Amino acid sequence: MTEKNSTVSNTADSSIEMKETAGLSQGQLVRKRFFRHRAANISLAYLFLIVLFVFSAGGIHLGSKDAPFTIPGWWHLTINDMSQVSITHSPSGQLLIGAPTLDLNPFDGNGISVGAHPFGQDTIGHDYFSLVIRGAQQSIMVMLVVGLIGGLMGTIIGAVSGYFRGLTDSVLMRFTDLIITIPTVIIGSVIGSRLGNLGVFPLALFLGLFAWTGLARLVRGEFLTLREREFVDAARVAGASAGRIIFKHILPNAMGVIIVSVTLLLSGAILLETALSYVGFGVQSPDVSLGTLISQYQDSFQASPWLFWWPGFFIISIALSVNFVGDGLRDAFDPRQKRKLSRKDLAQAKQVEKN
Amino acid sequence: MNEKQTAVLMVENYNLDFWVDGEWYPAAIDMNYSIDAGQVLAIVGESGSGKSSSSMGLMGLLASNARVNGSVRIKGEEMLGASAATLRKFRGKEVAYIFQEPMTALNPVYTIGFQIIETLRTHFDISSDEARARAIGLIKLVEIPDPETSVDKYPHQLSGGQRQRAMIAQALACDPALLIADEPTTALDVTVQAEILDLMRNLKHKLNSAVLLITHDMGVVADMADQILVMKDGKTVEYDTADNIFNRPKHPYTQALLAAVPKLGSVAVRELTFDSAAKPEPVLKLENVTIEYPKRGRAPAFKAVQDFSLEIFPGEIVGLVGESGSGKTTIGRASIGLLPIKEGVISVAGNDISNANMKSLSLIRRHTGIVFQDPASSLNPRLPIGESIGEPMFLAGVAKGDELHRRVEDLLDSVELPRSYRNRYPHELSGGQRQRIGIARALALTPDLLIADEPTSALDVSVQARFLDLLQGLQEQLKFACLFITHDLAVVDILSHRIAVMQNGRLVEQGPRDQILKNPQDAYTQRLIEAVPVPDPAEQKRRREARLAAK
Repeated sequence: MTEKNSTVSNTADSSIEMKETAGLSQGQLVRKRFFRHRAANISLAYLFLIVLFVFSAGGIHLGSKDAPFTIPGWWHLTINDMSQVSITHSPSGQLLIGAPTLDLNPFDGNGISVGAHPFGQDTIGHDYFSLVIRGAQQSIMVMLVVGLIGGLMGTIIGAVSGYFRGLTDSVLMRFTDLIITIPTVIIGSVIGSRLGNLGVFPLALFLGLFAWTGLARLVRGEFLTLREREFVDAARVAGASAGRIIFKHILPNAMGVIIVSVTLLLSGAILLETALSYVGFGVQSPDVSLGTLISQYQDSFQASPWLFWWPGFFIISIALSVNFVGDGLRDAFDPRQKRKLSRKDLAQAKQVEKN
Repeated sequence: MNEKQTAVLMVENYNLDFWVDGEWYPAAIDMNYSIDAGQVLAIVGESGSGKSSSSMGLMGLLASNARVNGSVRIKGEEMLGASAATLRKFRGKEVAYIFQEPMTALNPVYTIGFQIIETLRTHFDISSDEARARAIGLIKLVEIPDPETSVDKYPHQLSGGQRQRAMIAQALACDPALLIADEPTTALDVTVQAEILDLMRNLKHKLNSAVLLITHDMGVVADMADQILVMKDGKTVEYDTADNIFNRPKHPYTQALLAAVPKLGSVAVRELTFDSAAKPEPVLKLENVTIEYPKRGRAPAFKAVQDFSLEIFPGEIVGLVGESGSGKTTIGRASIGLLPIKEGVISVAGNDISNANMKSLSLIRRHTGIVFQDPASSLNPRLPIGESIGEPMFLAGVAKGDELHRRVEDLLDSVELPRSYRNRYPHELSGGQRQRIGIARALALTPDLLIADEPTSALDVSVQARFLDLLQGLQEQLKFACLFITHDLAVVDILSHRIAVMQNGRLVEQGPRDQILKNPQDAYTQRLIEAVPVPDPAEQKRRREARLAAK
């Protein structure tokens, strides 16, 4: 009877009250907080659009050379298509070789137009749009795989050695030291020369297997501090298993460190991939990645700057939006995060004070 | 008029507000007070009453969302609206702060001497040798043993009381005209607290400083204050001499505050007798237990508990009393299998857990619960409290889904918290509320044995009184046995049936409550009972003189 009464009185309350009373799990609350973070939401949407754009335009190319699996994209040219390099003159009379045909200015009389080569052509006549799109695909793939493998390995190895300490910790940390001492680039070039061109996926896998060390150290340190807190004892008394304590109780508290470190890992991955491609392991010509495009055309910055700008724009966009998403995640996991008083708030405060 | 000119601190029409979520929240409303040299003004109030933030605001030490207005004059000079340079000149030199927690207020990577010298050399143009000599003098002044060697010690090498003395030495470095002491003894043991209070009293006479003492402990106030200002929700409730406040409180809130202070021997006898024939099996049984912290690196092994025996029967509350470092928390943690023991036998509800592994410990998890000392640390900051409470039930497989939600709500009801709190994070709750969550979690599985490890040490007196009421009510209803660990004898007096006293890892004395409190046999127990400050200035004076005579 009393049960029923309370339900009735609850419905009478405002809907906000009702919402508050419904039990939400940690995950639900984090999601709620994340979607309130404006910059993170915009970045997430932006990142999603870039991925969609890049993969729909260039299509998806998987499989080996002998048995290719291809879904064609909406852009009619591929990285292998070559045509005559267009030669034009800029309004100031400068000679432009393979200039972009993309025209976004609606007021110059021609309206908005894409043209034959929106991002221009490289020095031997490849369509630069397809190159950049392909490069962005490769780089996104590298980031995704490195982030996933490096992040998971680093977190788990760090968490386990920080939580269990003792022998487990010694073994895992000495193993970490061992990995740190191996120069990634040299190993990469050795493997590259032995196995030849493997493509981007094995490269990303390899990078992930070497990129987790810093994260593991940080996570271990964080766990060593957090495991002494009383809430860990409280969970142990409640009967929680080691796994539950690690993943449910300590890990969310270490999330700030993990997210910041993984975001750095991702932007580092693009650079590492470039370096490795340069020494002959990973992305090889005619295939491209954003990193190889930039390193290949850095000399043409004076004559044809678009060869530098377009891949640069994609790297910066991807890295920035990943950073913002990471920022939003970190804030969402930290319940103590308070909004800083904005100038608007202060102005409002002054207004109230006057009244 | 003359009196006004000599006042070291004059506060007039002082208002302090915080801008939170589009509204000004007042933290101090229209405060007026003054302190003369050599006088102590105590600001008393519960946490959240604005006593700390209002005094931080005196010197402009507040966050950017604060607004102060009115007039604050130190030695006649207006502080509100003064330039940053003026304020900096006054801070440390004319106004010094003593903070609550000496471990966090002292920088752990510098020696105490370095920190005192730093303060000295910021304000005076003196050589480092001269500053060092003065630092040693100050350390001597605050009665830290071996000043010559202590000056080069790091904060972690000092005991809690010595750290607080070092803090005081640093605060006194520039002979401040005004000393603001924010809960200076809250983190200390009663016997140490008595020493620090004696020291502060002596220094006040020697240096003729004005002291603004902020505290929630009426016993400390009775010991120190000449004048008292009682605050509630930012408002001044009563402002009068100590004598008037204690003996003739006018405002009902002051009366309630005084009444909430637990006094020894004020509670009727609580006896729990068992028929000697049908004496039940003890819920917790410790036999000759020795607990050792293994050696770590160069630090040798440390015996925290030696040869300790205790039994707790169903439905009984046993108070375990001792100073910090006496090993009482170690006992509590070992009793629920959080620490391994070296020798002896511990059994909980008939299960021997002396050499237990994870599996056998899971058997006793359903019979035990623990409330930790620090509610801020014992609740997972990233977990909404509803989940924290529900976790033991979820893990024990007692309830799931909607059933679990319902049980969590029932538990929130039983600790008198609104159900809507379940989605809040621990930091959004006050200390008292957090500790209730701690109880709710501990009682989730209706245990036979509850370990309460100093659950009230972080709480205000009135909150503590409510908390103890709640605990007592729940205990009478659920009939669990309880090991109540505390340093506060007055709390034990309210709750427990029996009392055990510990010193340096050994059991000193145990027996029924009245026997221990009224007729203690051991010298240590007697000293402990004597050191408890009581909210009565006359009684405190008598004890002080007795202590002096004993020296």
